[in-house]
Amino acid sequence: MSDMNQEQCVEQVVEQTELLELTGLQERFGDAVQSIREGVDCPVAVVDRKAIVDVCHYLKGEQGYEMLIDLCGVDMSEYPGFVEGDPRFEVVYNLLSIQHNKRLRLKVLLTERELISSVVEVWPTVNWFEREAFEMYGIIFNHHPDLRRLLTDYGFEGHPMLKDFPVTGRVEMFFDEEQWRCVYRSNKVENRVLIERTWPGVDRG
Amino acid sequence: MAEIKNYTLNFGPQHPSAHGVLRLVLELDGEVVERAEPHIGLLHRGTEKLFEQKTYLQNVPYFDRFDYVSMMANEHAYALAVEKLMGVEVPERAQYIRVMYAELTRILNHCLWLGAAALDIGAMTVFLYCFREREDIFDFYEEVSGARMHAAYFRPGGVSQDLPEGLLEKIKAFTETFPGYIDEYETLLTENRIWKQRNVDIGVVDKEAALAWGFSGPMIRGSGVEWDLRKTQPYDAYDKMEFDIPVGATGDCYDRYLVRVEEMRQSNEIIRQCIEWLAVNDGPIKSDDARLNKPSRASMKGDMEALIHHFKHFSEGYHVPEGEVYAAVEHPKGEFGVYLVSDGSNKPYRMKVRASGFAHIEALDYMCRGHMLADVVTILGTQDIVFGEVDR
Repeated sequence: MSDMNQEQCVEQVVEQTELLELTGLQERFGDAVQSIREGVDCPVAVVDRKAIVDVCHYLKGEQGYEMLIDLCGVDMSEYPGFVEGDPRFEVVYNLLSIQHNKRLRLKVLLTERELISSVVEVWPTVNWFEREAFEMYGIIFNHHPDLRRLLTDYGFEGHPMLKDFPVTGRVEMFFDEEQWRCVYRSNKVENRVLIERTWPGVDRG
Repeated sequence: MAEIKNYTLNFGPQHPSAHGVLRLVLELDGEVVERAEPHIGLLHRGTEKLFEQKTYLQNVPYFDRFDYVSMMANEHAYALAVEKLMGVEVPERAQYIRVMYAELTRILNHCLWLGAAALDIGAMTVFLYCFREREDIFDFYEEVSGARMHAAYFRPGGVSQDLPEGLLEKIKAFTETFPGYIDEYETLLTENRIWKQRNVDIGVVDKEAALAWGFSGPMIRGSGVEWDLRKTQPYDAYDKMEFDIPVGATGDCYDRYLVRVEEMRQSNEIIRQCIEWLAVNDGPIKSDDARLNKPSRASMKGDMEALIHHFKHFSEGYHVPEGEVYAAVEHPKGEFGVYLVSDGSNKPYRMKVRASGFAHIEALDYMCRGHMLADVVTILGTQDIVFGEVDR
């Protein structure tokens, strides 16, 4: 029993020290670091959009996060509890430190009208990840060297991962015999929902 | 004197060594590559958008179709992500089965890689040799899941079924003969003069560059970084396995070849250890969490609640608690991660797949600069690109 307690104590201490290192982040950047908490898998820090480049430089240079594993956008507009005026987008950075063997997640909250600075100067690999986030959500990364569409078709219109973009898309491609080339026509397929999104404990009669 | 100028060459998307549907725009000065611009997305299927419309169980088969040469490794990352968010512990037998199949998948992937990369460079025979062993592993896939490729076998909570009788003996026989087959591949390539001329000092990536470009898996180990998620952040039963991590010295294509070949031998060892354990230990293959389990056929015949549970399990699906999680596995190609955001409902709110190939092909321009046109094919081969995961 005492062993158990000891183990738990050790675990808590480890957790605290990990968060302590990150409170260094808070001391250094002050209000620009809006919150730090322990997530399910790793610490999560929410950072102001204006400070993101400096924070990334600091984390790479002084905290040893040499690798950016992933960057992605999230559209929060259909998340339960979202109200008009809340920041619609989240930009999520998943960092990895190989020398310390730990992970960290940074988040930046953005409204539809706000821009965010690109961190290409910190990790060159982020280039395509930012292009993808721009393409899928329309998030604009300032100072990005080459912000173009990446995965969708040449000349594609719209940002397909937005929650208000239909799953069936807006256009369909056909081969036009007369013009002897592929043309787009507006899509007539209906958007079917086979299984409703449900939450536990909600009785739907 | 003749006027010399750069010209632009379009490579792909229908080129046999483009590994699928890659379009490369190459700017050439004579035969030297000045700039390589990959155009990806020709295989984009909008899977991440589809995830948001499907229940958690319906999402499993989509993962087979990401990297379609290492199917179960993809499912593994997804299963781990959902389990982490639900706080579910997987029974030990299921963990061992998963590790065994993840390693079989690694051999499956590396066999294809070795065959295809050698074929690109001109060594025809290796391809035929490698596909002989792939066929055996496909049979193991089929025995356990009914499908030769798209298995949908690793499910959140465990695996879908226990191993059929007699399968362990077959896999054991495979592990006994396989090291000899690796020797065969090596006699064809390792000391082969042409193979060395085409690979040594081609596509050199140093440590710093490998980190900055987000490399992972054999690509980063080839550059001398000792990093393997199976060792450093072990998941399932990997912490009980004994194996070594091969590391390269110079970071060229030849080192990455050696790393992958050694990985096959190490995988073979891990499979043996799993077989030893699985042969003597029995137990459940799925977590006893009722949310993740379907009731047994027998109980459905007599129990109304079980019938309702079965119906709900496959129609409405299970609810995953609110939150977000990132789970990664050491995929044969590198770090394959799933970033899952759940709003507490029966479908993911947002699921981002981090494919290792995406970061690797991004660095193609960096790796190709200053090399000859023919080396582009070698570098593309060494990156082990599969467009299912790059384009998603």
